[in-house]
Amino acid sequence: MIEWLDQIFVLLKHWLVGYLPASWQTVAGVVLSVVAIVAVYPALFALTTVLERKGVGRIQNRLGPNRVGPYGILQPIADAIKSLTKEDIVPTSADGVVHFLAPIAQVVTVFMGFAVLPMGRNMVLVDMDSALLFYFAMGASAELSVFMAGWSSRNKYSLLGAMRAVAQMISYEIVLLLSSVSVVMITGSLSLVKIVEAQNQYSHGLPHWYIFTPWGFAGFVLYAIAATAETNRSPFDLPEGESELVAGYHTEYSGFKFALFFLGEYVAMLSISGLGSTLFLGGWSAPFSFLTWVPSWIWFFGKLFVSICVFIWLRGTLPRLRQDQLMNFAWKFVLPMCLLNLFVAGLWRFMGEGWLRWVVCSAILALAYVVIGWEGMKRKQIGRRSYRYAD
Amino acid sequence: MLGDGILKGLAVTAKNFAGSYVSKERLTTVEYPEEREPLPEDSRNFPFLVYDGGDWEKGLRCVACQICEKECPPKCIYIEKSKDKKPDYVGKLQIYPARFDIDISVCMSCQICVEVCPFEAIKMDTEFELATDDRFGGLLLDRQNLAKSNEYYHKIHPTEAAEVDARLAEEKAKVEAKAKAAAEAAAAKAAATPAQAPTAAPATGPAEGEPRP
Repeated sequence: MIEWLDQIFVLLKHWLVGYLPASWQTVAGVVLSVVAIVAVYPALFALTTVLERKGVGRIQNRLGPNRVGPYGILQPIADAIKSLTKEDIVPTSADGVVHFLAPIAQVVTVFMGFAVLPMGRNMVLVDMDSALLFYFAMGASAELSVFMAGWSSRNKYSLLGAMRAVAQMISYEIVLLLSSVSVVMITGSLSLVKIVEAQNQYSHGLPHWYIFTPWGFAGFVLYAIAATAETNRSPFDLPEGESELVAGYHTEYSGFKFALFFLGEYVAMLSISGLGSTLFLGGWSAPFSFLTWVPSWIWFFGKLFVSICVFIWLRGTLPRLRQDQLMNFAWKFVLPMCLLNLFVAGLWRFMGEGWLRWVVCSAILALAYVVIGWEGMKRKQIGRRSYRYAD
Repeated sequence: MLGDGILKGLAVTAKNFAGSYVSKERLTTVEYPEEREPLPEDSRNFPFLVYDGGDWEKGLRCVACQICEKECPPKCIYIEKSKDKKPDYVGKLQIYPARFDIDISVCMSCQICVEVCPFEAIKMDTEFELATDDRFGGLLLDRQNLAKSNEYYHKIHPTEAAEVDARLAEEKAKVEAKAKAAAEAAAAKAAATPAQAPTAAPATGPAEGEPRP
């Protein structure tokens, strides 16, 4: 019964595909999985938008949307109707083709990432040996779509937003990759399925998730920082800083195209959270050995939900960074920490079992954190703003 | 240390998040259509015409002097004078506005019309739910739309309305006293001999009426 529930979606797919002739079954299975992904994640996106608006509202001591449906849960439907019925405006001087393709490119590349993400036991569309590489290749093409949007709009705000976005995303892409590489070093595989399986073991009732190791914890924090920047979320939402750039690269988009960008952004957030939980939080594995009877996909989506809540919490808390702060943070703090983390991961691998590696690895990372942090903070002079000419 | 500010901030927002479910006092928002905060007494948006008594058409204080129309900076008032006359609050025959339109899509709520009106006939309203599906006709208010009773005026601006009423009552008393004095003087004049009349009239005037300013 429990195993049946765990595999319910897989069994459902096989049962549906079983009605087709054998030669069609592979194709039909893939199409079914794709349809499921393309249906589930936009639904989660709708849920996320209302969750975010309610959550940020509560953080600011407001109620948030509460008019459409009970407790405002039907708000995304109202939003969808609104954006679908809005006029689609394309600037006269815009490059029409690229302007049209940019949101599509964004959404398509974002959804491609889900192809390799294991969402439960046996629930992966393509079990690729180099899944992580594929995922990052797809993530990197999101930058292309952002730049397509910014460049083709022929609007200074769009272009500035796109420039910022590309600078930011390339800087943090490195961090994202390097923090994930430590996982690959320990697991010895780029396959996400294998990475989850490596973490799906228990000793004393606790799982072998990578976040419970010094290098894994550091890697997870660095990954979370880079993921926030990659998805252009607050506090790294400079590319769409509405106080400076109207809306950044999607200034000139309206109606359905804007909705696609919006969808792409949130689905990218879901997808990068999914990858983060796969790499460091054990993917679909249960947090305690006595909870392994709960279906695996519940754990995956539960972890996704928690990550989204943290994203929202961060958004409600942190103010936006300045461009120089963003770059300094990426290149002077996060990147050195990432490189050090690679070294620590190697150390962890070759120091063998025992308490010594825990002490050494934790000490190196903590020391580096304190020293690099202190170095970075030292130069910052907080105080009254001084004016050169105006005083 | 690096990052402790972030943790502190996260704690603050978490406290806000949880607190908003626990204590109602934290929530700063008013659920507008259901809950309403009373408007401050000095609030104003668009002018209205005050009328006394039960009938808006008879009781309008406006005498179509057109001062407000001339003073209105954005020229949103349009007045047509009547051909006939009707008695005002003191009983004096006055012309009245046959048409009085205010285009509130033009009005800028400056209150100049209120300040220049010598008859306390135009005052500022606090009604703000003026949404309409006809942006030209729906926002052009005519005489009937603009007419609001003195009781309504008392309700929205109690202090100001009391002052206005006191002033009007004083003026009315003054006029009545004057009329009375005039009537008495006329009566005295009629009764007395023509030789006594010039001395009698000034003597009775101040004694009967209100003290002159």
